[in-house]
Amino acid sequence: MKVLVAVKRVIDYNVKVRVKPDNSGVDLANVKMAMNPFCEIAVEEAVRLKEKGVATEIVVVSIGPKACQEQIRTALALGADRGIHIETDAEVQSLEAAKLLKAVVDKEEPKLVILGKQSIDTDNNQTGQMLAALAGMGQGTFASEVVVDGDKVNVTREVDGGLMTVALNLPAVVTTDLRLNEPRYASLPNIMKAKKKPLDTTTPADLGVDVAVRLTTLKVEAPATRQAGIKVADVAELVDKLKNEAKVI
Amino acid sequence: MTDTLIDRRDLDFQLYEVLNTAALTQRERFSEHSKDTFDAVIETADKMAKEKFANHNSAADKDEPKFVNGQVDMLPEVKQAFDAYAEAGFLAGRYDYELGGMQLPESVMAACNGFFTAANPGTAGYPFLTTAAANLIRVFGSEEQKSRFLPHMLSGRYSGTMALTEPHAGSSLADIRTSATPTEDGHYLIKGAKIYISGGEQSITENIVHMVLAKIKGAPAGVKGISLFIVPKFHVDENGTSGARNGVSLAGLIHKLGYRGTTSTALSFGDDAPCHGYLVGEPHQGLKYMFQMMNEARIGVGLGAAVIGYRGYMHSLAYAKDRRQGRKASEKDPESPQVPIIDHTDVRRMLLAQKAYSEGGLALCLYGARLMDDQHTHPDQQKRMEAAKLLDLLTPVIKAWPSEFGPKANDLAIQVYGGAGYTREYPVEQCWRDNRLNPIHEGTNGIQALDLLGRKIWQDQSHGLQLLMQEMQVDLQAATTARCQQWALSLSETLQQAVKVTQSLGKTLMAGNVDKALANASCYLHLFGHIIVAWMWLRQANAAAKGLGAASSDSERNFYQGKLQAAQYFFHWELPTVAQDLVLLRNEDETCLNMEVDWF
Repeated sequence: MKVLVAVKRVIDYNVKVRVKPDNSGVDLANVKMAMNPFCEIAVEEAVRLKEKGVATEIVVVSIGPKACQEQIRTALALGADRGIHIETDAEVQSLEAAKLLKAVVDKEEPKLVILGKQSIDTDNNQTGQMLAALAGMGQGTFASEVVVDGDKVNVTREVDGGLMTVALNLPAVVTTDLRLNEPRYASLPNIMKAKKKPLDTTTPADLGVDVAVRLTTLKVEAPATRQAGIKVADVAELVDKLKNEAKVI
Repeated sequence: MTDTLIDRRDLDFQLYEVLNTAALTQRERFSEHSKDTFDAVIETADKMAKEKFANHNSAADKDEPKFVNGQVDMLPEVKQAFDAYAEAGFLAGRYDYELGGMQLPESVMAACNGFFTAANPGTAGYPFLTTAAANLIRVFGSEEQKSRFLPHMLSGRYSGTMALTEPHAGSSLADIRTSATPTEDGHYLIKGAKIYISGGEQSITENIVHMVLAKIKGAPAGVKGISLFIVPKFHVDENGTSGARNGVSLAGLIHKLGYRGTTSTALSFGDDAPCHGYLVGEPHQGLKYMFQMMNEARIGVGLGAAVIGYRGYMHSLAYAKDRRQGRKASEKDPESPQVPIIDHTDVRRMLLAQKAYSEGGLALCLYGARLMDDQHTHPDQQKRMEAAKLLDLLTPVIKAWPSEFGPKANDLAIQVYGGAGYTREYPVEQCWRDNRLNPIHEGTNGIQALDLLGRKIWQDQSHGLQLLMQEMQVDLQAATTARCQQWALSLSETLQQAVKVTQSLGKTLMAGNVDKALANASCYLHLFGHIIVAWMWLRQANAAAKGLGAASSDSERNFYQGKLQAAQYFFHWELPTVAQDLVLLRNEDETCLNMEVDWF
């Protein structure tokens, strides 16, 4: 069974994000970039499926500038078999990403596509769902357990009220939640092996997808800094403040 | 508090802009590598250090290992960290591909290990000791010993220790009493007691391989009668399977100021059961074998001291940017908002000093690691020999300078935090306690001073010293901007004075006045160390001046300006402090030498 995994290059989760002075976006100059943590979980799940003998080949795909190849190499070092880089310097939004992935799905015909549920930079939580719709596949989002059973996959989803398990016909799309697994580290020998694994490059034009943006960013602002707290003398004062100052009760 | 262990931009600068580590990939041994593979390994180290080591640094300090029924009870996170380090392949990282290694340069291994120590010195101790013990077996062990122990040590199934010190013999190893009696079965019976053995007992690995110094019955007195033995905690058969318990046992745990996560043990050998030991190499060569590994161990100590200093700097820098207190002296309005303490010049001084010490110390250790690479892999045989000589000369400085100035940086980090820094709620007091070990172990700094002035300087008709001056000359001439040239000039003047004082001390030594010549060896170590680190700062300044010219963004320009300012700090504030050393050495001051015991 072939598994396709999508990974995104984002600002490293340890970096304190800074907004550009002109409020046009986030400052990315010389900022440490890394694989989106949810995508790491997606790669890990695919590798575990391969170790169980369920998956036979893991193809990892990423969209973006040439530097994205670093994240593809990381995925290869974690255990993926080959990489596809869709090279573009343009801003890629959820729908365009989903269309590009759909084109790759058509070509590669994977039985299972695993994505992170969202990326920590834009937090849209859309691409997996859009891809499932475009490709006409079932979707199991926010997965905390994935069990492939013949030509079906049972996905346990983390929903507001608890856990929901859906059975999907393959091929299907799964998006990962935090508790699905704990990703491994790229081991030293596997980093060396990853160098020799194939990585093909293509472009949105080759795939026949127009990536022109449909949404315009008007303004990016840092969240308001938190005000210092105050101490209240008693419950009465607290209730009074909640009622009259904060106006929440 | 901050998550940053070592600033990656700085590490990139040091590895690639100052040391040109990428050029190593042109050498046969590293030809499979590229800058990308180096970076990927460093990324794994940084990430793992943050997630698996830093997570329990404070907890392992507060809840130190306990002695329970002859066993050690410790936090489960320590084993998880050790196993993650081993599984990723770091234990074997520098070794041949055939041994399951990655043939990584020492420069890259040093960078990686820097992250682990910065994150958690106590836990990092276990894999580092294992690497050191495995290295002894790899180089000096028989084929049979190698196949029996090495694969399991490199995979992390077994750990290793270095068992040298005895209750009455620490720095003076010539006086050890642990004995080894040959048996007809080929092994020896070891009897004696060792103390301060780091990692001598733990609950991490299924077996522990102690590398033990002992004297074979009838051996010559002193250092020439010391042999090296492998003493496993559990007997190991030919297939590497651990069996019955060997007669080495835990007598007690020692409670330390810092490095509390690493057990420090008292071990007894052959007390209640026979203790089998296996001779490594030839009899009576044990200390020689140990000392051949010493360069590596001492660079490891220097690096540890530099990165713990670095960690404290990162913490206090983040705190100083965040903590608001007081106003500038020029601000008269009491209603004006308080400023972050980094706006106070004296706080900047303390941060600059920390930057100069920790980045300077890191530069020195990475330079040392590069010399190790050159010694083993430089394509030119002559250059290999020169690198070995240079490393030999610089080893006492690489060990001692960061281990003196790393704790000094931590002391300043506490001061930046103020009262908060003195409490156990904040991380910098632990940095200081942990780092306080480094001037002591692997040869105290006093011993390093004697090694430098009493031996290393004069070795091979001072060939090492000549090589060093040639190397420095290259960087003195490479200074092209006005700022760098001014620093180059003051470095070169200080160097000339140091050479003069070295010659006069040499005459005193030649005249047989050894005690007099060595009486102020610690001043000489300080003088020599500061000159070397000033050189390291000149090298960084030269690279930064070049980088600044080509920088395309504010953050890049800020980075290089910061390097230049720290270099200036070192040349304006630190290098001049050697004036006092020069006076004491020039005068061959006898204050300490002539002090009588009864006068105290």
